[in-house]
Amino acid sequence: MIKTMIREKLSLLLLSLTVLTVGFLLPVAGYAEPDAGKKVLNIGFVELKSDPRYKKKRVFARFMGQALGRPFAGAEVALKEIKFHGTELGLSFALQHVVAKKPEELSNKISELYTGGVRFFVLDLPANALAELAKTQREKDIVLFNTSAYETALRETQCQPNLFHTLPSHAMLADALGQYLISKKWRNVLILEGPLAEDKLLTAAFSVAAKRYGLKISEKRPFVLSNDPRERDKNNVALLSNGDHDAIYIADSQGEFARNTPYQTLKPNLIVGSEGLVASAWHWAWDRHGAPQLEKRFEKKHKRPMTNTDWAAWMAVKAIAGAIQSTKSTDVKTLSSYLTSEENLLDTFKGNASSFRPWNNQLRQPILLTTHNWVVERAPIKGFLHQTNNLDTLGIDQRNSQCRF
Amino acid sequence: MNILPPLKSTLKLTTLVVSVTLTSISTASAKDTGYIFVSSEKDNAVTVLDGKDYSVVKTIKTGDRPRHLAFNDDKTKIYAACGDGESLDIIDISKLEVIDKLDDIDDPEAFDFSPDGKYIYISLEDDGALGVIDTEKKEMIQTIEVGEEPEGVMASPDGKSVFVTSEVANMVHIIDTTSWELTANIQVGKRPRRFAMTPDNKELWVTSELDSSTSIIDTASNTVKEVVKFKPKGFRAEDVTPVGITMTKDGKTAYVAMGKANHVAVVDIASRKVKDYILVGERAWNAELNNDESLLFVVNGLSDDVSVIDTKKGKVIKSVPVGRVPYMALIDD
Repeated sequence: MIKTMIREKLSLLLLSLTVLTVGFLLPVAGYAEPDAGKKVLNIGFVELKSDPRYKKKRVFARFMGQALGRPFAGAEVALKEIKFHGTELGLSFALQHVVAKKPEELSNKISELYTGGVRFFVLDLPANALAELAKTQREKDIVLFNTSAYETALRETQCQPNLFHTLPSHAMLADALGQYLISKKWRNVLILEGPLAEDKLLTAAFSVAAKRYGLKISEKRPFVLSNDPRERDKNNVALLSNGDHDAIYIADSQGEFARNTPYQTLKPNLIVGSEGLVASAWHWAWDRHGAPQLEKRFEKKHKRPMTNTDWAAWMAVKAIAGAIQSTKSTDVKTLSSYLTSEENLLDTFKGNASSFRPWNNQLRQPILLTTHNWVVERAPIKGFLHQTNNLDTLGIDQRNSQCRF
Repeated sequence: MNILPPLKSTLKLTTLVVSVTLTSISTASAKDTGYIFVSSEKDNAVTVLDGKDYSVVKTIKTGDRPRHLAFNDDKTKIYAACGDGESLDIIDISKLEVIDKLDDIDDPEAFDFSPDGKYIYISLEDDGALGVIDTEKKEMIQTIEVGEEPEGVMASPDGKSVFVTSEVANMVHIIDTTSWELTANIQVGKRPRRFAMTPDNKELWVTSELDSSTSIIDTASNTVKEVVKFKPKGFRAEDVTPVGITMTKDGKTAYVAMGKANHVAVVDIASRKVKDYILVGERAWNAELNNDESLLFVVNGLSDDVSVIDTKKGKVIKSVPVGRVPYMALIDD
């Protein structure tokens, strides 16, 4: 009853307002509908159709750390948040979503968008495709954001001045876990490592973190995903986990083996890494720093929880619009140097104002230590200090960086 | 233009217990109980403290996640915005219980009454909108789209406009109360939260949580004329997250809660200088003065307590435990 009343009243009011506006055409200080009659700044969003990371079966499995959908979803949520960011420049923002069939097409897709005036690109690409593409774009006056490749090398040996990373690297995630384990004095860790190249990258990152934070890796054992009784020593978690350790680090980039490790160990061991306690860029359960509001906005629109890569795409779009709002400029040179400047503080919704590391264009940010339905801790953990910014206790610090622009 | 039809969930404003209409409130009189009312986000309650010994007089059950509190104009009632309860609960101060509520408001956070008491302006966090509630009809008569995550709300003293911050757009929006249009969008420091107006109405101060600062808006020109940066000793900029702000009636001093930096800044308004940083509890969130301004009550969201500051001495004289994740205090004296 009341509902209908209000609705009628409102439509009347709206009607009268429309009449008023049409009649007198008095725009109020130019702050009408944010995108009415404004210049549009297009942000390119590029992904691969055949990206194996989003295969239906894999998404359905919901392994920990697994994307639950394409991160374009995150960019869409950000677009709504930036509707006022271009006010002073008379700009509104839009996303140009481009899906390439093959990695070889990527370079052309970027060129097409470039011809159409696009200078900012949010990329959802696997590490290899991204590295190949980025090389071809090195000299261009554009800004690229990596939002779904964790590989540390992209920030280091493969780094380039116009490639930014909002997604944390393997190194940052491993350091967060390292801080947690040592803060609990769970010092002795066994590594179970899968056969894939990406699994080795996980082990490598965790080994560096272990050294950095004083953990002791008791042994590294290879696992295989199989039921072959002849390989029992490699596929049976009880046998694999034999020994005296506080925690077992599972290096499984695919997740299928990792999923079946908790509660299967010989002794009551803690599982970390790809299962159990997992370092993440984002988790739906994080309930501080405005995170629930962002999560609610995301779920309302996309009917699924927000994951790491959604968050990274959201963050990239926000970083672009934030830089434009702060510098009041759309000039690529101005904006890319502002991105890594000290005054460019970004709100990650994870606490701590974050910023891009000027030495490798990685966004420094808090990392969440997560279980299936909770965030146990947020790194940097209290007590882990750094001479300039505590967020730099996570990932490659300036003095260790191999990146030379 | 900017006026949206009210969102579905914000449409229905029903009255649960129709006992006292708002027009009859003016006949009642303020009690000046001396009580301190503290909302606690995670306890779904408002804790009532005795004004002398700070013992708990009563814990008033409210809707889920009560945050902002405000008196009605004759101080006989307290309105409490309950974010997850999706309501504005109305507490009768003489009874110390919720006697009425405005229902079906989607995620209300902060609000303010218009100077004539006719309207409540309320930030609707989930909808990215400012809602206007007619207090007599108990209806949401208007929702105005603003930047995402609107937070601080303040009615201008002349009643002609409403100020609202958007945490995500880094802006203060000004809305005209006759046309309900946005008339200005003022860019301020990152993640703007709360307001305080100088008594001469010439300056609007707004805290920026991610910029460790307060932007001072010149209300004549609607531009930021100065920024006060906070740098308490021993804290890095990223740990200084100002939110709550309050001013003395003489317009000389502003108190700003420093959030994660666990201090309250005492700012000399004329010189813009921070005179002192007073150590309080964890995540100092909102700060309220008592009537004679001898005491400042600082609500600490992460240590679940209220720090009581003697404003003359500039020191905490007592820490009082309250509910889980306390948000704001209101003093009835």
